[in-house]
Order: sequence, then C-alpha cells, then structure tokens
Amino acid sequence: MRTAFIKELEEQAARDPRVMLITGDLGFTVFEPFIKRFPKQFLNAGVAEQNMTGVAAGLALSGKIVFTYSIANFPTLRCLEQIRNDVCYHKANVKVVSVGAGLAYGALGSSHHALEDLAILRALPEMTVVAPGDPFEAAAATEAIVRHDGPCYLRLGKAGEPAVHPRAPGFTLGRAIRVRDGGDLTLIATGTMLKACADAAAKLEAEGISTRLLSMHTVKPIDAEAILLAAEETGAVMTVEEHGVIGGLGGAVAEVLAQGASKRVPFAIMGVKGGFCRIVGSQDYLKAQFGLGVDDIVARAKALVVPV
Amino acid sequence: MTDTIEALKSLARHIRLTSVRMTHCAPSAHVGGSLSMADLLAALYGGILRVDPANPKWEERDRFILSKGHSCAALYAVLANKGFFPEAWLDTFYRDGGKLFGHATHTGIPGIEVSTGSLGHGLPIACGMALAAKLDGQKHRIYCMLSDGECDEGSVWEAALFAGHHGLDNLVVIVDYNKIQSLGHTKEVLDLDPFAKKWEDFRWATREIDGHDMALIDSTLRQVPFEAGRPTCVMAHTVKGKGVSFMEDKLLWHYRNASVDEYAAAVAELKS
Repeated sequence: MRTAFIKELEEQAARDPRVMLITGDLGFTVFEPFIKRFPKQFLNAGVAEQNMTGVAAGLALSGKIVFTYSIANFPTLRCLEQIRNDVCYHKANVKVVSVGAGLAYGALGSSHHALEDLAILRALPEMTVVAPGDPFEAAAATEAIVRHDGPCYLRLGKAGEPAVHPRAPGFTLGRAIRVRDGGDLTLIATGTMLKACADAAAKLEAEGISTRLLSMHTVKPIDAEAILLAAEETGAVMTVEEHGVIGGLGGAVAEVLAQGASKRVPFAIMGVKGGFCRIVGSQDYLKAQFGLGVDDIVARAKALVVPV
Repeated sequence: MTDTIEALKSLARHIRLTSVRMTHCAPSAHVGGSLSMADLLAALYGGILRVDPANPKWEERDRFILSKGHSCAALYAVLANKGFFPEAWLDTFYRDGGKLFGHATHTGIPGIEVSTGSLGHGLPIACGMALAAKLDGQKHRIYCMLSDGECDEGSVWEAALFAGHHGLDNLVVIVDYNKIQSLGHTKEVLDLDPFAKKWEDFRWATREIDGHDMALIDSTLRQVPFEAGRPTCVMAHTVKGKGVSFMEDKLLWHYRNASVDEYAAAVAELKS
C-alpha cells in the first residue's frame, strides 16, 4: 500500500505543484524518487510531529496541499491537538498519512501499534478518515484526498499487502465498494482486513452462507446507505478491522444501525480486544492471537447467522 | 517622527483602555497580558504591518499570529480601531450569542489569521506560512507574538529549531516577556533564562528591548530582519498589567477582572 501511495502521490505532485509531502524523518528507501523529482515539494521536518503538523497547517493556509507522513501513532496521536486545532478547525488542506496501521509493526510493541487512531481521528470535526483495503484502493484514495478540499486522514498498511480487487475499482470517498454480493450476511471490512474478509466470504459461500462483502474504505463520512441496505437485504452485519473494538469501524456502523435500521439485525464487531498487546510477534502471529484470522472470521460469521 | 511616536502611544493607550473595558464588562480574565503587549501591538498595527482592513485576505499582506491567544482583547481592540470590524463587536466579547470568543478566533472575524488559545500552536503555523512565502517568492513577513509562559511548550522549541535550520528570515517572533505566567513568576515556575540566548542558540537573530519604549519598539521592528538568512526574535521585556499601577507585576491580574471601582480607577489612570 505504501508503494501504491507514493507512486500515486508522485503523479499528483507532477500534475499539481501545490502538492507537498512532509515527513517526520521516516520513509527510508520510500521517498527517494519523489525527492529527486520534486525537491521543492518535499520536506523532512525532523522528529518533531507537533511542529510538522503546525507547519503543514501554515503551508495549507497559504495555498498548498500538504501530506504529513510518519508511522503508527506519530503523525496522529503525538500531535493530536495540532490536528484538531491547527488543521481541522481551520479546515486546512492537510492530509495526515500513517503507515503501519493496526499491528503492522508487530514485534516493535505497543508504542508502534496503531489501534485507536480510527476512533480518535473520526471524532474530530471536519476530518475525513480513509483506510484503503488494498493497493488499488490506496492509489485511488490518494488521488481522491488530493481532490478533496479539507483535512483527511489516510491510514495505510505497510508494504506488500495483496491486491483484493482484480483491477482498479470505482472509488468515491464516502461510498463503500461492494466487493461481492450475497443474501445471508454482510461482512464490512476496512483497511488491512479486506483480504482476510474476502477469503472468509469465499469460505462461507462454499459452506452455503451467501455473503456480501463491503470494503468500507471511508470510515468517515460512513456510507450509511450501504450499511442500512445491507441490514435490510442480508439481515446480519459483521464488521472487521485491525483496530480496537471501541469507536472504530464497528462503532461507526453500530451508530448507523442503532439509529437507522428498520429492524433489529444480528450484529458483531471483530477487532483487537484486550488493550495493550503483551505478546511478542509478527503482524500475522498477533492477528492470529487476537482472533483475526480467516477461520476466526468464518466461525464468528457462522455463529451470527446460524444461532446454536 | 515625534508625531508618529506620539500617535503610536495614543493607539497603545486606546488598546489599554479598550482591553480594560472589555475584560471588565465581559467579565473575563487575562487583562494583564493584554496590557503588557499593548505597546507592541500599537507599533505593529500603527505602521509596521502591511495589512489592509478593507481587504483582510489581501494575498501580499503581512501575517500576524497572536500565539498567546488568551490576550485577544488587546488584539480585537486594535483590529476594531483599524477598521477590520465594527467597534460595536467589542461589546459582545464573551457574551451569549456574541461575535468575539475569549481566545483569538478566526471564524467570522476579519484580521484574525488563525485561531489560538492552546499555547505553543502559533509558531509552527507561522513557520509554515513563512516557508510557503519563501517557496512562492513572496515578500510579505510573518509576525508571531508569544508569551513567556507559552515557551514552556516543547512545540515552541520544535518550531524554533525548524525556523533556524531553514533560515526563515521572513519570520519575526516577538516575545511578550512579562515574567508572570499562570501560577507564578516564570523564574519560579520554569525559569526560561538565559531566554534571549536560547533563541540566539537556535540561530535566531535576537535583540532584547524595553517593550514599553515606543520609539525603540518602532525603530527595532523597522530593522527586521536583523540578519539575512536568520529568523528574527525580539525579546520584549514588559510588565504584566502595564499602565494600571495596581495591576502591574501582579499575578492576580492574570485572572482577575476589575470591579466597578477598580475599573474607574484604571480608566482614570490610563487617561491621565
């Protein structure tokens, strides 16, 4: 996803000289081609995220379209008040990019796990929150947030995530992508859980449970229409995210269902439970430990639609 | 020249009188920090800043950011005086349904570049604006007023490092060094000294001045940048509550608003 992002950003920077990229001293081997092509549109702000975000706001208020970049919680929680006051309050055209969503930096530990960012960034007024599910979506999201006038948060995985879509899908901020259709259940995935959900949906289908899969790449504004339609047409909804279970995708979907659904539907939130991670391990290992593997999704989905 | 300085002093007196009235009527805190920077604001808006009240978003304007947003009464006073918005708005400071918040707020208020209130935010934004001006070959300057207590914030020093590194000589910081912060004298809370040397060490061309000597303020600000290739820091030594003897250098007047009798006494002294 990171590669798709930076390639698309190069395209955008070539097209529009207002596009700028500021990093908090991270991105080794990632940004070199960008720096070479657009030295005046790149800035390393050093390990100083509060200033980086304030500088980005100042540049944006002077007409630039500014991407801030770092990993995990550094471009978000470390400088949260700068994002709230300097960026969002002024509707500054700043795009905050975090690489290493969820448990991507597995063995580096809890300081590097981004598990509350969706909940927290989603709560900020004016902020659009985007978590693409594969490299196609990452590229499309990058282009879309350049065109969107206002604060955005782009939550990326790391590197090497597989493509889920066979080709670039139609992409509109705030509109979920229906990856597959089904009538018994809807899985709603965001970001890095899209692939596991696609695999789980295929398995469920094979077991006779017809499964709709929505890629909810935009967590805010959430696609309420697609959620309510899913509840209406498939009768059961389950959200899956590489994020804590409080206030993220699951919370956003629950808000829509609780206030808008015409009937009660079985509903479940899958995500990282239990607070700070006390287990050492890779992303895949930790996801398995937290019950976020394909078979975990299948089992939970079955329990939801086939009550024992 | 003497006439000019007298006019600036008169503007400063107007800012002080208006700040005392606004905080008394609101009622609100923070009159002390409005009075300490009144002379600095008068010099800036009386002749230094290239701004156009009739066209507040004029692209080539100088930008002024009040990072010590809690002292906004003084800023609102000078903006209204210069015609950025009607004087009548000043009476709505803090009022239910009024126009003016108790911290510098950009929404619907011509002349306020950015909203502040949480300390340590103004200088990074000013750095971004200064960098943008450099990148775009524009000639305007960015002025940022800091409080001393605000310099406890790490983000101020992140920005100071950034501006020095990038040689932002179109950026001017003015520190309203009135020596009192929220709960005590800066010397007791977190001693900033050697304060000017810190800025110098961060590669800022720095001068210390008496922040109440109008001729000196004016002549100093006319000399920026002090050095090509370096950002400017004017360390203005000021007195909290300056101009109202019973408010001067008193922690109480970070918070207190004047009673009816105190207000009358303050007005009498400022007018004398």
